[in-house]
Amino acid sequence: MTQALKDLGEYIAQALPQDVLGTEVNRCGELVIEARAASIVKVATFLRDDTGCLFKQLMDVCGVDWPGREQRFDVVYNFLSMKHNQRVRVKVATDEETPVPSVTGVFSSAGWFEREVWDMYGVTFSGHPDLRRILSDYGFEGHALRKDFPLTGYVEMRYDDEAKKVVYEPVKLTQDFRSFDFLSPWEGPGLLPGDEKAS
Amino acid sequence: MAESQIQNYTINFGPQHPAAHGVLRLILEMSGEVVDRADPHVGLLHRGTEKLIEHKTYMQATPYFDRLDYVGTMNQEHAFVLATENLLGIDIPLRAKFIRTLYDEIGRILNHLLNVTAFIFDVGGMTPLLYGFEEREKLMEFYERVCGARLHANYYRIGGVSADLPDGLIEDIAAWCETFPAVLDDIETLATENRIFKQRVVDIGTVTAEQALDWGFTGPNLRASGIAWDLRKSQPYEVYDQMDFDIPVGKNGDGYDRYLVRVLEMRESVKIMKQCIAKMPGGPVKVESAKISPPPRAEMKRSMESLIHHFKLFTEGFHVPAGETYTAIEAPKGEFAVYLVSDGTGKPYRCKIRPPGYVHLQALEMMSKGHMLADVVANIGSIDIVFGEIDR
Repeated sequence: MTQALKDLGEYIAQALPQDVLGTEVNRCGELVIEARAASIVKVATFLRDDTGCLFKQLMDVCGVDWPGREQRFDVVYNFLSMKHNQRVRVKVATDEETPVPSVTGVFSSAGWFEREVWDMYGVTFSGHPDLRRILSDYGFEGHALRKDFPLTGYVEMRYDDEAKKVVYEPVKLTQDFRSFDFLSPWEGPGLLPGDEKAS
Repeated sequence: MAESQIQNYTINFGPQHPAAHGVLRLILEMSGEVVDRADPHVGLLHRGTEKLIEHKTYMQATPYFDRLDYVGTMNQEHAFVLATENLLGIDIPLRAKFIRTLYDEIGRILNHLLNVTAFIFDVGGMTPLLYGFEEREKLMEFYERVCGARLHANYYRIGGVSADLPDGLIEDIAAWCETFPAVLDDIETLATENRIFKQRVVDIGTVTAEQALDWGFTGPNLRASGIAWDLRKSQPYEVYDQMDFDIPVGKNGDGYDRYLVRVLEMRESVKIMKQCIAKMPGGPVKVESAKISPPPRAEMKRSMESLIHHFKLFTEGFHVPAGETYTAIEAPKGEFAVYLVSDGTGKPYRCKIRPPGYVHLQALEMMSKGHMLADVVANIGSIDIVFGEIDR
């Protein structure tokens, strides 16, 4: 299975040398392809139509936020080929400004997934027919799944009995969300002060 | 007579309509009684599950999955624990695999029973719903006996299941498997050949195989369109490769076929459950490693090390090596998948949930265009949506 995926990755990389940045079979045995954001439509069309691929279904599109990177967002596409019983994951990187071409023209199922990525991360998709927010409230501001968006959010809502309507107010919590740092000093990822002396 | 201008008008369907299966708000643009445009507004039940999971340890994340599709809950947990086990690279004991398979199928019947009968209810038949709930009650009792909760089970744990089956449960499930097909027959006599039911659902919301693939259909909805694809067969997890069962496939892809596929799937699920019971091996139900599964209570009273393990597990949790995985299972509604990114700490860096209902609801407009208003209700019933998982 792993070998077949490796071959498939090489095959895709050879067929689209300008668009594919790298392929890898990760330790879970899944094929991951990194592609240029600008050519995602080309890659998706190739994956769908090429007889060696036939990834007829786009199962999922989602965003991942890496605030430390210059291009902070990954947009991750998961494809499924029933013909070959294989899955492939395509990742493209983008930032807050640069839109990613929408694949709704290739896979209709991408419509709501891309709306969700826009809603949650603020990644824009060019050529999307209807790029509205989808999961968050009407009139919501911000993008909730970004790492710099607080877990508690900024506003809370309640029914105001005097005004006879639902009102939004800045969030007030009697107790903050408690996040304890349990990383123990001998297995945590970072270096501790004084570690440089030990090495 | 002067020529009159007829305008389309919009209907606000839901979010409190009983046929909306939860909190669906549907903006329907009607031309007479024919639907021109259907725009589902989802997110009224959005609770930020994915954001919350990013702030919890892996062990604390599993209960959130019960609250997604709250109809057959354990199947969702399954996707998450499988994804985490994938990243950890651990293999669970055989008995745990059998228990999970058994309870996956119970979850499938729980889900299909509610969907099939609620679907019949939507188009006018009331009795099957009552029959269905009686059986669901018995199944939820099996949930309760194994984990203490009727719905939000939190039974599957990373590395196995939380506790072994109590004495006598397996016999009771076996006895239920014998009686259930008769109830299913009863439901079928009321609906399958019912003239009114067929008038309402045959050739309504037809989805061709190409459309089903394009719109990302999975599960019974895809199989009703004539594509024999089931993750339990094609990418088997747990012990599905040892089970002997068939995949019912529809022909026309209409609401009636989706109904039939679900009814037949329930019969197949009973078959799988019987095999699980017959083949159920002995042995432990979770991995031995105290780094992943908590030590037994009795041991904690005597062993200092167990106490430390317990404390560490329930405060910091275990560390999952950095990596990412997309792990899918065949949930009752279709492919339920978790895309899990780990950065090597005790909390998931990103946990994307791929709910099947979200994708199916998206296609509602494609299915309903040109149909009557009443057919929209039949379509919503036939694609099996639950808002817990759509809105997350």
